[in-house]
Amino acid sequence: MEMKHEDYYILEDQVSIPYENAYGLTWTRFFEGLKSEKIFGSRCGKCNRVLVPMRSYCPRCFIEIDDTIEVSQEGAIVAWVLTEYEYFGMPTKPPFIGALIRLDGTDCEFVHLVGGIDLSNPDQVRKTVKNGMKVRAVWKEEKKGHILDIKYFEPVK
Amino acid sequence: MEKEFNTFKNVIRLPHKYAAGPTYTKFYNGLKESKILGTRCPSCAVTFVPARSFCPKCMKNLDTWVEVAQEGEVQTWTYAGKDFFGIPGKAPVVIVLVKLDGTEGSFLHLIGGINLESADTVKKALRKGTRVKAVWNEEKKGHMLDIKYFAPLSKKR
Amino acid sequence: MGRPVAILGSGQTVHGRRFDVSYPELVKEAVDAVFETTGISPADIDGVVFGTMPSMMEGVALTHFYFADVLRSVGKPILKTETCGSTGVSLAITGYYWIASGMADLVLVVGSEKMHEGDAQATMTTVLEPFYQRFFISGAPGVFSMQSQGWTVRFGIPEDKIRAAATKLSIDHHHDAFDNPYAHIKKRLTEDEVNNARIITYPVRLWDVCPTSDGACAMLFASEKAAKKLGKKVAWVKGVGYSGDEYWFGDSDKAEWQCAISASRQAYEMAGIKNPRKELDVAEVYNPFTFQELLFYECFGFCGFGEACDLTLKGVFGRDGELPISPSGGVLCTNPIGATGLNRVAEAALQVTGQAGAHQIPGAKTSLAHAMGGVVQFNGVMILGSEK
Ligand SMILES: [Zn+2]
Ligand SMILES: [Zn+2]
Repeated sequence: MEMKHEDYYILEDQVSIPYENAYGLTWTRFFEGLKSEKIFGSRCGKCNRVLVPMRSYCPRCFIEIDDTIEVSQEGAIVAWVLTEYEYFGMPTKPPFIGALIRLDGTDCEFVHLVGGIDLSNPDQVRKTVKNGMKVRAVWKEEKKGHILDIKYFEPVK
Repeated sequence: MEKEFNTFKNVIRLPHKYAAGPTYTKFYNGLKESKILGTRCPSCAVTFVPARSFCPKCMKNLDTWVEVAQEGEVQTWTYAGKDFFGIPGKAPVVIVLVKLDGTEGSFLHLIGGINLESADTVKKALRKGTRVKAVWNEEKKGHMLDIKYFAPLSKKR
Repeated sequence: MGRPVAILGSGQTVHGRRFDVSYPELVKEAVDAVFETTGISPADIDGVVFGTMPSMMEGVALTHFYFADVLRSVGKPILKTETCGSTGVSLAITGYYWIASGMADLVLVVGSEKMHEGDAQATMTTVLEPFYQRFFISGAPGVFSMQSQGWTVRFGIPEDKIRAAATKLSIDHHHDAFDNPYAHIKKRLTEDEVNNARIITYPVRLWDVCPTSDGACAMLFASEKAAKKLGKKVAWVKGVGYSGDEYWFGDSDKAEWQCAISASRQAYEMAGIKNPRKELDVAEVYNPFTFQELLFYECFGFCGFGEACDLTLKGVFGRDGELPISPSGGVLCTNPIGATGLNRVAEAALQVTGQAGAHQIPGAKTSLAHAMGGVVQFNGVMILGSEK
């Protein structure tokens, strides 16, 4: 008897793989900083750029960096996106705003969330959130040495 | 120094649905009826098991179906005495390549029905050429593990 | 520069949710097709190049091993190339290098993805490192939307104008797909349907986004000697370019996107192209998102920065325009990621050999194929011509 396409089997499976990722010295220090509500960056001795989060080397000059500085917790939005859809294993639950934020005195964009505003209506969000808008880090009560110790960046009033 | 380098533990889970297609579907349906099905290449006369949709040597599409023997000879085997993340079943397991009677190549499965306590106990029961026979699970799901394992045939038979 | 390299032909599968076949069987469809259309014997190939988007999209870590049989690679060298969305063009460039270097005369190049067997966004999230950035990037749409958003504001493009241009691209490409027998999504859309579709990542809506497709593409790259022996019309590789940014999203400018600019300029220089809008007859631009497609026009020098929306609305890049873009319907309608870039090269080759059928751009002699990959990190470009 001829089988129909609908009758072909589908094998359902879930691949789970455990990892243990090493922070290394530089990132360990960065996350220690978050625990005490500090955002650390690194200044390249050659191109003078301040990169945040901290780096152990400059990706343009290829030299090691050991100049750690605490950077501003305020900055300006460079680009943002409001996410409305959800997928399997999504680490942050929608709706949320992911944004590129140029922290004052730094030379790259810091990727984080923009929050503290009503996200239920996209058109309203569009009127509220603007590129160039000043935002400030809001910290969680409990710190875990995790990037989400910063709850989000909220508009500076 | 030791304490300064933290790690980040993480499990990545990915969900999958594998399409069996017509050939594997028919093979799995065979398992449900305690049958092991192969396909035969008209060009090189090789019988492949599990059934395949094409001959990898002649690249001919295969549609000559044969039910193959449930007995065969051990080609090679190994003993996994220690559990690892994602091991099929639970250690200890013996993985085996069986050449089912009348087929070419080898069928990859497990060995059971013997003392699996150590590699030495397995060695006493298993060698190249040992005759084995498929042992089926009561409940069939259309899955490779509908065959519970291959067990050595008693020498008296 | 190496030896001249020809493309003898291609094989594409029908795209969609291909649960009628297992993954190796899907790849076999494309491989069988390229040998059938060219009449080349698999025994004559010197090696195989294979790639998918990321490992683990379909739950099998090293698919080129899984597909060794259907790729006809037994007993032959096989290379794997994996550069996320740009995989397809990277595959073509790998095949090109192999022939141009003189190390091979005939190479089979294959890309594939069976996206319905996995979860595309869950897999793509693993492209990001787990310490800093994975929490904020909502799969591919999040990254591309943020890039387009920054670009729109940088060049002061009014929101209603970019919406109108994106809507035109969406309607045109989904319509073009009817002329491509291999396309996945073919649809006649109205402006209202596109403008009011469900939001994915604001302002990107459903019809601004490519589908997830199952499919494979196979191509044969050959030396001049092997091409002559075939005695049929072939496409010639005139230029290749590939360029990448630093890893960190936020370290480099994604609006005036340097790696897209430099990949295209590398390829133009090699092909001797000074004015791409005039000298190219057709371009298969990697366009998984309408908004991003517009940005590519500017990075590739098809127009100046800030001009893409106006020119698109004027029809400059339409099927009958000055430089038709993605007459196949492009990535927007068909996206089996690991094959997608190679589909662009295959389409570009069909165009310059006059074999594109219902979506042929009449008289096309020079074409461009492009793909982009990573968290907006890499771009690859290949220029093809009808003459050596
Ligand atoms: Zn530097
Ligand atoms: Zn055969």
